[in-house]
Amino acid sequence: MAVMAVRRAPLAPMLVRQTLAEFLKLWRVPAFSLTSIFLPVMFYAFIGIGSSSQVISPHVTFGAYFLASMAVYSVANVMIFSFGISVATERGMKMDVLIRATPMPPFVYLLSKCITAIFFAAITLAVLFPFAYIAGGVKLDPSMWMTLAYRVLLGSIPFIALGFAIGYLSGPNSAVAVINLIYLPTAFASGLFFPKQLLPSFIQSIAPYLPLHFYGQLGWDAIGAPTDGSVTTDWLYLAGYGVVFFVIALWAYRREEGRKFT
Amino acid sequence: MPAAAELIAATKKYGATEALKGVTLTIELGEVVAMLGPNGAGKTTSISLLLGLRKPTSGKALLFGLQPDHLDARSRVGVMLQESGIPSMLKVREIVDLFRSYYPKPMARDRAIAMAGLEEKTNAQVKELSGGQKQRLYFALAVCGDPDVLFLDEPTVGMDVEGRRSFIERIAEFAQMGRTVVLTTHYLEEADQLAKRVVVIDRGLVIADASPQEIKSKVAGKRVRFKASALTEKDLEGLPITTSTVTDHSVQLLTNQPEAVLKELFRRGVEISELEVSGADLEDAFISLTTHTPTA
Repeated sequence: MAVMAVRRAPLAPMLVRQTLAEFLKLWRVPAFSLTSIFLPVMFYAFIGIGSSSQVISPHVTFGAYFLASMAVYSVANVMIFSFGISVATERGMKMDVLIRATPMPPFVYLLSKCITAIFFAAITLAVLFPFAYIAGGVKLDPSMWMTLAYRVLLGSIPFIALGFAIGYLSGPNSAVAVINLIYLPTAFASGLFFPKQLLPSFIQSIAPYLPLHFYGQLGWDAIGAPTDGSVTTDWLYLAGYGVVFFVIALWAYRREEGRKFT
Repeated sequence: MPAAAELIAATKKYGATEALKGVTLTIELGEVVAMLGPNGAGKTTSISLLLGLRKPTSGKALLFGLQPDHLDARSRVGVMLQESGIPSMLKVREIVDLFRSYYPKPMARDRAIAMAGLEEKTNAQVKELSGGQKQRLYFALAVCGDPDVLFLDEPTVGMDVEGRRSFIERIAEFAQMGRTVVLTTHYLEEADQLAKRVVVIDRGLVIADASPQEIKSKVAGKRVRFKASALTEKDLEGLPITTSTVTDHSVQLLTNQPEAVLKELFRRGVEISELEVSGADLEDAFISLTTHTPTA
């Protein structure tokens, strides 16, 4: 039997188009794009600059330390929000049903969102780093800047999975609230805004197990600040959280499939 | 050559509700088919099975002989669904280009936009479009892949009469390219204007599958209207009529034997004024097909 020529659209241009669309969707929502890019800079201006040159441990200034904190905060923020809110919104308006009826493979959709989120994260760093350098007078070895950037970007992958899970578990109107309720307290508890020593003791006792804690340690270590345990341990814990978040996301995705598409 | 779309003894249950009770339907390439039926009849469920958005509880759904969620099959299908959203921040041309990239041989962007009559909105963001314009954008997204089969689920819902008329012309224009069109509707004149074949679905079953003309001839062919001041139910008893509607003093009857009906009414001494006999349109045919208990 003659097999009919398989005709499908090429994947590379499809991925480019999809990524461009995902990017524009986020870029044109100032509530997302402006806050993700400028909020960390603002925090840095308010908290970091004033005591930027204060030395907090040998060779480490508060300016550099808080730069690492804000880099971690802003990138995780982009990952969770861009994924969580766009997935929840698109489910809410049944965009997912229309998309599903098209010949676009689901992984293109997923991958385009990942690329967009990483690109957005890179933009926030591209704004934050020069700001800290110029306004905060942060002087680091070129290799330290590089290490901070790649660790913060690579370490953000578990938070993509977390955003994805929240996007599937919460409604279009509740996603923002759910994310803020989870993200802001854990950012505080992990010492991203002020030292953990100032936190209530019961929070201090759970803080060392939070994913943002390990993520933060990767950043602080990158600029030469002392951290608890080794960098390898931080990576392993973060990878473990990544697996857990990914499993939750997959479960939530499957649950949705069962409801909507069977 | 496999059929464009096929349902074989397909049933679908949502929990305890049986939305489809065994539908067999073959749609060949090049056909223009209207699926007609009241709300909740099973039209959208049928389309969802054919698109692979839902899986049949038993039986089969096939697209070009393949599983409907097969990407080879989907690459030949364009679709317009009820109440599906699109990102409000994208411009018309951007989202058309996005959907074009999903298909192997898309039509030119400007052509798809022109087929939907959205030339003047090419650079507008989706949020700036009116309801009717959004509906036309969905149509552009459905045709931009230059599909062999176009599925339209209630495409003109919520449009005014003029909007509907011009939209029907756009669908007809696409069908004239020799493409298969499957649309669901409960605006019955749409089926009459567009389709050569009408599949009437009611309560999860196909109750008629024929040309609009055949459906008209099968059921009440004529509509008899008149006014009668003292008409009782008894006056209509035993008459060869399909359905009757009595509001105040206006009476409407659907029948294939208007002469016999009138003769009998005169014999019974019913006082009649403003008598009017006309050919029943598809809407009338449809009502008499799906009316389960005669109204009086």
